[in-house]
Amino acid sequence: MSLLVLEAVTRSVELPGGGRLEILRGIDLEVDAGDHVSIVGRSGSGKSTLLGLLGLIDDPSSGRIVFDGMPLARVSGGRRDRLRGRDVGFIFQQFHLLPGRTALENAMTPLLYARGRQFWRRERIATEMLERVGLGDRLQSTPDRLSGGEQQRVAIARALVRGPRLILADEPTGALDVDTGSAVMALLDEVAAASGAALITITHDPGIAAMAGRRFRLDEGVLRPVDAADRAVAAPPGGAP
Amino acid sequence: MIGALVEAWAEFRVHRARVLLSLVGVVIAVAALAAVVGVGSIASQAQIEQLERGAGRPATLVLNPPYDPRTGKQADPAKLAAAFDQIVERYSITYAGSVLWSGGQAQFVDGVDAVQLTVVDPAYGPMHRVQLARGDWFSDRDELRLTPALVVSDAVWRRLGSPDLATHPTLTLIGRQPTTGVILGVLPPDPYVGNLQAYLLGSGYAALAPSAAPGASPLPMYEFWVPLELADPLAERIRAEVGAAFGEGWVVDVQRQDYLAWGAGDPLEPVRIVLLAIAGLILLLGALSLVNIALVTVRQRVREIGIRRAFGATAPRVFLAVLLESVVATVIAGFVGVVLAVILVQSDWIQGLIAPGLQDAVPFPVEAAVIGLVAATGVGALAGLLPALVAVRVKVVDAIRY
Repeated sequence: MSLLVLEAVTRSVELPGGGRLEILRGIDLEVDAGDHVSIVGRSGSGKSTLLGLLGLIDDPSSGRIVFDGMPLARVSGGRRDRLRGRDVGFIFQQFHLLPGRTALENAMTPLLYARGRQFWRRERIATEMLERVGLGDRLQSTPDRLSGGEQQRVAIARALVRGPRLILADEPTGALDVDTGSAVMALLDEVAAASGAALITITHDPGIAAMAGRRFRLDEGVLRPVDAADRAVAAPPGGAP
Repeated sequence: MIGALVEAWAEFRVHRARVLLSLVGVVIAVAALAAVVGVGSIASQAQIEQLERGAGRPATLVLNPPYDPRTGKQADPAKLAAAFDQIVERYSITYAGSVLWSGGQAQFVDGVDAVQLTVVDPAYGPMHRVQLARGDWFSDRDELRLTPALVVSDAVWRRLGSPDLATHPTLTLIGRQPTTGVILGVLPPDPYVGNLQAYLLGSGYAALAPSAAPGASPLPMYEFWVPLELADPLAERIRAEVGAAFGEGWVVDVQRQDYLAWGAGDPLEPVRIVLLAIAGLILLLGALSLVNIALVTVRQRVREIGIRRAFGATAPRVFLAVLLESVVATVIAGFVGVVLAVILVQSDWIQGLIAPGLQDAVPFPVEAAVIGLVAATGVGALAGLLPALVAVRVKVVDAIRY
């Protein structure tokens, strides 16, 4: 059974002057545990909207999303929040770390919404995860005292502390230089593979996209697999967008 | 709930400077609220002690001298005293005694002057919370003195030239026979009581009384300090026993005279209500500024709320966390306010101002602390409600793009 299935998903919004804007059209996608999927697209192609649907934070206008065998249309808001907290880890382009909180406190944030052992052992779990991403000596540093690469590694640790089954990375290297971006992606790939989680990377960088086993292109709201010809022109990993 | 509390505490810690500044109004209001209640308790105690000085402590029964309305005859003092002794012994009443007010004259260096005499038993002191500025109140042994013992007012003592009590100063009272008494104690200055005043024991008054013959002198009344719950049945028994001693037709009047029997309301109530209203107003203003700051803060925290939602925070959880942030902050402010109020109210300066010469020290009333903390929590909950509702309406998709 696939972890995440999108069937004929569309997403449109009503425009202020009347009429509708179709952002996503007929999206079909299946993601299995352990998959590494990349989705490339230009700005305005609907990448962020798709991320919202994949991350269970938005509903499609039509079509069906099934997570772990459960059609999401039947899952209530609160249950979906808990499901998202437990099974989905987000990594954002601008890191979105909480200002004023230390790296440790940021990494602990998702564990505040966990129950039982995970909640009570949150500090230890977050410390171990930060050590794993190489930030064992920066636990008490606030985001303003961390470099871009370090901030993104804190964001990765935060996304992974609850052991999610799906990791969603939205432009994970967008705010980093080429070398740091490659290092961060290698780390993300490694920890995702080690945990057996599916990794979906949304990027406009063909080099980063090329690191994924399955590649898709989002163009004017339509998702297509990247064919061999596309692959040939794709830049090597870490290349310029 | 624990998670939400942890989150609220972390939020308070990170933004403590902003939060503490926004809480200044709440701290002042809670301190004012708790101080008003605290000061009210101390003032009430002072008021009660003042009332008890006059009319005795609850429950004080007073037996007025019986009389026969048919003949207009007054009771035989010896018979009345015997009946009193019998009652005291039968009911094991520890504090009881006679009280008689009489006019008198005293010889001072610069002449003779009128003095208000109060003839009492030693038990009068504890029964009426008599407080002395210097020296001692009467003891049972003073009844045996050949030279009567006296406790005089501050005015009498000053008139005598403020003598040191260790030198055993005397005062000569002029009555049927001039009598010189030794001053044992001096009352504190009291603007409400007559200037020249002296207390003496019954044994000392015998020589001063206009005449020893029955009916020639006013009769004392008798006071009994009894347990509150026994006051009514004991009054009934005293009435019956004294009535039996004098026979049919005699009117025997036994009544409660302590302030609790008056049914009078608290005279400080109006002042306290006004002060509470002012404190409530300050609290309201503090709450309004708190709401204002909390609303602005929540709008600035839209992205953070979105991130928390993305990581599994449910809408009720976000609501609770934002609400608790406000409550945690105001509870801390309330605690600070209550501590300030305790320091203020318990200070010697304030106590001396509100209740000089308070006998029974009043600890800071627990209800004042509870009212302060409850008010702070309530304000926190009210001030947090609106921002919490705003936080819940944040759309996650939009918030993380914010």
